Amino acid sequence: MNPKVVVRKFDAVIVGAGGAGLRAAIQLSESGFKTAVLTKVFPTRSHTVAAQGGVAASLGNSEEDHWHWHMYDTVKGSDWLGDQDAIEFMCRKANECVIELEHYGMPFDRTDNGRIYQRPFGGHMSNFGEKPVRRSCAAADRTGHAMLHAMYQRNVKANTQFFVEWMALDLIRDAEGEVLGVTAMEMETGEIHAFHAKATIFATGGSGRIYYSSTNAFINTGDGLGMAARAGIPLEDMEFWQFHPTGVAGAGVLITEGVRGEGGILRNSQGERFMERYAPNAKDLASRDVVSRAMVTEINEGRGCGPNKDYVLLDITHLPPETIMKRLPGIHEIAVQFAGVDALKEPIPVVPTCHYQMGGIPTNFHGQVVVPGKRSQNEIVPGFYAAGECACASVHGANRLGTNSLLDLLVFGKSAGETAVEELKRSPKAHKELPADAFERALERLDRLETQKDGASVHETRLAMQRTMQKHAGVFRFNGLLKEGVERILEVQRDVQRTGIKDKSKVFNTARIEALELDNLIEVAVATMVSAEARKESRGAHVRDDAPDTPEHPNGRDDNNWLKHSLWYKEGNRLDYKSVTLRPLTVETIALKKRAY
Amino acid sequence: MTTRTLQFKIYRYDPDADRKPYMQDIEVEVDSTDRKLLDAMVKLKARDDSLAFRRSCREGVCGSDALNINGRNGLACLTDLSSFPDGKPIVLRPLPGLPVVRDLIVDMTQFFKQYHSIKPYLVNNDPPPERERLQSPEDREELNGLYECILCACCSTSCPSFWWNPDKFVGPAGLLAAYRFIADTRDQATNERLDNLEDPYRLFRCHTIMNCVDVCPKGLNPTQAIGKIKDLMVKRAI
Repeated sequence: MNPKVVVRKFDAVIVGAGGAGLRAAIQLSESGFKTAVLTKVFPTRSHTVAAQGGVAASLGNSEEDHWHWHMYDTVKGSDWLGDQDAIEFMCRKANECVIELEHYGMPFDRTDNGRIYQRPFGGHMSNFGEKPVRRSCAAADRTGHAMLHAMYQRNVKANTQFFVEWMALDLIRDAEGEVLGVTAMEMETGEIHAFHAKATIFATGGSGRIYYSSTNAFINTGDGLGMAARAGIPLEDMEFWQFHPTGVAGAGVLITEGVRGEGGILRNSQGERFMERYAPNAKDLASRDVVSRAMVTEINEGRGCGPNKDYVLLDITHLPPETIMKRLPGIHEIAVQFAGVDALKEPIPVVPTCHYQMGGIPTNFHGQVVVPGKRSQNEIVPGFYAAGECACASVHGANRLGTNSLLDLLVFGKSAGETAVEELKRSPKAHKELPADAFERALERLDRLETQKDGASVHETRLAMQRTMQKHAGVFRFNGLLKEGVERILEVQRDVQRTGIKDKSKVFNTARIEALELDNLIEVAVATMVSAEARKESRGAHVRDDAPDTPEHPNGRDDNNWLKHSLWYKEGNRLDYKSVTLRPLTVETIALKKRAY
Repeated sequence: MTTRTLQFKIYRYDPDADRKPYMQDIEVEVDSTDRKLLDAMVKLKARDDSLAFRRSCREGVCGSDALNINGRNGLACLTDLSSFPDGKPIVLRPLPGLPVVRDLIVDMTQFFKQYHSIKPYLVNNDPPPERERLQSPEDREELNGLYECILCACCSTSCPSFWWNPDKFVGPAGLLAAYRFIADTRDQATNERLDNLEDPYRLFRCHTIMNCVDVCPKGLNPTQAIGKIKDLMVKRAI
C-alpha cells in the first residue's frame, strides 16, 4: 500500500452533493449507515441550485392529471429511446417524492387553496398528448435553489457527514469488477485519501463544460463519467445533448422554460411568433429539441435579431408586471444583469445553449450501475450506483423534457439510496480487501501532472476542446463535420495527456483541480463525438444532415437500425450497443410513432 | 472588438510558499464579451494559474465567489466591469473577518457553524400527511425575502459585530435563516428557536449598523428579519 494515502472506512460513500447526492444521503443517514458525502463545493453551491422552472409531478392541483399521461409525454419526448420500465417507475414515484420535499420544508408557491402551485412546461400534456397541462411544481423561478437548500437542511437534521471541498479522483475497482470506493483529494491540504466503502454512489452531475457556450456551472466537469470511463465502465447515449432554447445571448445564462409556461413568446426579427409554424399544437411549449432547432433555422434563414442577426427574442412584455415579479422574479434579475434589459419593457435576446447531458453512466431504475456481460446486457456492477445527471437510467432517451431533471434526481437519488441500504443490510460485516493497485490510477495522474515538462496550457487546451465540440457537435450535425470532429477531438485528447501547471502548491491548488477536471471533461467530449459520428440517424436532440425527414424515415429516425442505446468504452475508443427496454412495469408499451407537437 | 486594459491589486497569500501576504499588481485585457468581474478574473487566472479563488454558477445563485471588491463585499459574477472607472486599479481582497486559506479563499467554518446553530430545518412533529401540508399564498409570501439567501457570507463578513464575536454572534445570515423558519406556518418550533437566540450575544449583538442590507447581492434585508425576531421576544416576555 502506498504510504502517502490515508484510508478511511465507511459503509457508503456518495460523490457529489447536488440534488441526487443529497437525496441519496438522506436515505442512508436516516437508515443509520456510516456515510461520507464528498463534494467539490459546499453542498448548496452544487448546480442543482440553478434549476429554475420546476419539478414534474402529476399532482393534479390545478387540473386533472395522471402519471400515465406524464409517462406518455416522457417516452414521446425521449423519441422512444428512453427505457419504458424506468420511465414508468419515475412518473409513478413523482408525487411521493415531491410531497416528501414539501414535508422537508421546501417553500413551494401555493394555489389559492393552499396546495403546491403548478405551471405548464414544454412537452407536458394531458390525455396522451392532447393539450398542455400544469404539471411543473414550482417555487417561483428558483425551484432548484429552494429544493437544494431544503434537502441540505434535511441532511443537517439527519447529521450527514460531509467532506466539503474534497475532489474524488478515481474509482477503486478490484479484479472481479467490484467497486470498493474512491480516491479523493482534500483541496485545502492537497492530501490524498481513499474512501473504502461497501457502496459507492456517484451523483456528480453533468459535464456541459465540454461546450464553449453552456448554461452549466464551472464545476460541471463530468468527474463521475471520467472516473467511470477510466475504470472500464462504458458511457451510454453520449451523443444526446440538450440545447436549451433560451440561454441569454452571449452570456449563456439560463432563462427558464417556465417563462414560456407563464405565457412568454419567442419572436424572430419580423416580430413573428414563429413556433406556430413548427409546432402548431404546442407552439412555444413544444419539446426543447424542437424549439431549439426552430430557432437555429430562423437564424440560419436570416430572421435572427440584432446587428449580427444571431439571436431571437423572448417576449414577456405582454404579461402583467405582477405575474412577472411574482412568478419570474429571478428571470427579471437575470435579464437586467446578463442581457442589460428590463424584461417588463423589452424582450430578452436568447439562443439555444448547451444545457443537459441525456446520457451517462448506465444504470437500472434501482440506481445500480449495469454493464453488458456474459449473462445479460445489464449485469450489475457490485457496489456501484449512480443517480441524477451523471447517470443514464435511461429516462430521457434522446431528449429530456423540462422539469424531468429535478424529478430524475429525486426519484433515482432516493432509489439508489434505498437499494444501497438494502444491499448494506445483506452485506458481510467486514469490508472486502482493497486490491494492491487500488490507488494507482489516481497517483499516476497526479505524478504525471507534477513532473510534466513544457506542458500544454490547461486553459488553452480546454478552450480548444470547447470550440471543437461547439463547432462539430451542435444543435444540427453534419456528416463531414462529425468525421472531422472525431479527428480534432482526439488531437485535443493528446494535449490533455500532457497538460502542465505552474502552480505546485499543496494548499487549495485550483490549477491542479482544473487540470484534473480536464482529464474528466475530455473523456466525455471524446465519447460524445465518437457516439454522435456513429449514429447515422436523426433522433431527439441528435439531428444530422444525412438523415433527413422522409416518408420512410419520419423525422430521419431509423428504428430498424438505431432503436438502441450506444455504449462508448474508453479502452480502444470503441462502441457497443444494447437494446432499448420497451416493456414498462405494469402498463402496455407506448408504441412507436412519429413525433410531432 | 473594443478592448480595455484593467489594472488589479490582488491580495495574495499561499501559506505553502509565502512568509506573509502581499498585494500583487497585475493587469489583463478584456473585450466587450467580458461583462463581469468574474470574466476578468478567469482571464487573470489564464495568465497566472496560481491565483486561487472560488467560483461556480457565474450567475449569482451558488454564492461561491464572494469577495471584497474595492472595499465592499460582493459577488464577482454580479459585478459589472463597466462600474469600474478607468485608470484606477481594482482592489480585490478576501472577505474580511474570516481566516484566509489562500489568496481570495477564506475559511468559512465559523460562518457555517453559526448557520447550523440555528437548526436550519423545518420542525413539525405531527405525522406527515399523505399530501402536502397546506399553506395559503399569503402565508407563503411571508417567506419571500428570506428563503432566497445563497449563503455567500457577504453580509456576515461585513458586520462589525460578527468581526468581534464570530464565535458568539449568529450574524445576519444565520439570523435571517432563523427567521425564515419562525415565519413558516408549517414550523412548530418558534419557542425553541427564540430560546436558542435569547442570549446577550447570539441575537442582541446586532446594533442595526445595516452593512448586511447594504451589501446583500440578492437584495435581502437581514436587519428587518432580526428586528422581527426581537419583536417576538418582547411579545413573548409581556
